[in-house]
Amino acid sequence: MRVNVNVNGEDMTAENVWPGESLLYVLRERLGLPGSKNACEQGECGSCTVYFDGVTACSCMIAAGQAEGRAVRTVEGLAEEPGKGSDRTLGTVQDAFVEAGAVQCGFCTPGLLVQTDDLLERTVGAGKGAPDDAEIREALAGNLCRCTGYEKILDAVRLAAGRRAESGAAHE
Amino acid sequence: MEFLSPSTLEEALEAKSAHPDGVPIMGGTDVMVELNFDKRRPSTLIDLARVPELGEWGTDGDHTRLGAGVPYTKIVEHLSRSAPALAKASRTVASPQIRNRGSVGGNLGGASPAGDAHPPLLATDAVIELASVRGRRRVPAREFYLSLRTTARQDDELITAVLLPEPKGPQQFAKIGTRNAMVISVAAFSLALDAEKRTVGTGLGSVAPTPIRAEEAEEFLAAEFDWEGATLPSESLVRRFGELVASVTRPIDDQRGTAQYRTHSMAVMARRALTWSATEYRKGVTRCA
Repeated sequence: MRVNVNVNGEDMTAENVWPGESLLYVLRERLGLPGSKNACEQGECGSCTVYFDGVTACSCMIAAGQAEGRAVRTVEGLAEEPGKGSDRTLGTVQDAFVEAGAVQCGFCTPGLLVQTDDLLERTVGAGKGAPDDAEIREALAGNLCRCTGYEKILDAVRLAAGRRAESGAAHE
Repeated sequence: MEFLSPSTLEEALEAKSAHPDGVPIMGGTDVMVELNFDKRRPSTLIDLARVPELGEWGTDGDHTRLGAGVPYTKIVEHLSRSAPALAKASRTVASPQIRNRGSVGGNLGGASPAGDAHPPLLATDAVIELASVRGRRRVPAREFYLSLRTTARQDDELITAVLLPEPKGPQQFAKIGTRNAMVISVAAFSLALDAEKRTVGTGLGSVAPTPIRAEEAEEFLAAEFDWEGATLPSESLVRRFGELVASVTRPIDDQRGTAQYRTHSMAVMARRALTWSATEYRKGVTRCA
């Protein structure tokens, strides 16, 4: 089947798709977007987290056909000024992960970035203030880091939340 | 494999009637695991995500009508007052990403004895709505689960909604797992008190081939509970209730836990749920007085 899907603001078409394959497979193998990672293929690890019509989901659990006509935002779409390679300007959450040393092997990072972006959108972005540690842990409970670098990841989320709150205040 | 995308319930029912072995998919949190791991190759997938009715909820007489495809996140956000036990259970489902996609209809379709939604549906005497091209019918949750992963649903039927009675007293849910997130329950328990009818409902998960009730425990507690709310249940009453709940379990040993542990944990959860409920009940009675 053919699947038309808007990814990171761009209308894309994948041809010869087997209807039972996952959106994750479509993104990585057919649309050339390998940012979302394939680790567990059963929703346990969160490495393939994307926004699906504005709501975060594991893209390994969405059938390709279900994505027809929908809007997907992947880790590649988090950069504030998408560009190629080193010309790309990172988003607040991405910068914070780099600065806090929250990236070790990097496999879980794309999923954590998307899920963190969503958390900040729902908290700081909705005028509710920065999330506390319990909220952060709850929001990221479905993202596993097998390097077990959770302390640095929490640092990064706090850093990003603080910056996002500041920049929000500066805009007002 | 054929992929069907009905956009109305009528079309969906026709698709299911034409392909009774077709597998409905909504959030995909169960179905996609089977496809990804080659455990299942259905001839037809029926995508229900474009059927608006399945994603809606609202009041239906003295019930809340919950569309079978409403994700757990929405239940937690919107139904914590109208369906407290189910909302509490929904909060314990997997992770945020899974709660954004998974739904009660999927739990009922798969009918795993470990499904988190089942104990609250049993305890609160919820009703399941099934539909086919032949029409709609309603089956009480208490008559829905027949044997391991087998339910009252016929092959040509889709699960369209769950009807949740308006709560008339405290409702609780407890679940045992190795961590808070991403846990398939080792054992789960739900308790609902109905102060108007003076009845008790229970639901037990992961301790038998199907989700089950503990009817003798329900009758015992309904008779012994201080419905006037003046006294908290005695220690011996609480212990006896726990014993009666645990006595109906028929668990197995598996990688998540032993049968013995499951039975023991059921007694502990039943005692706790009763204590929480009685405390909440007394507060309610005091407020009304």
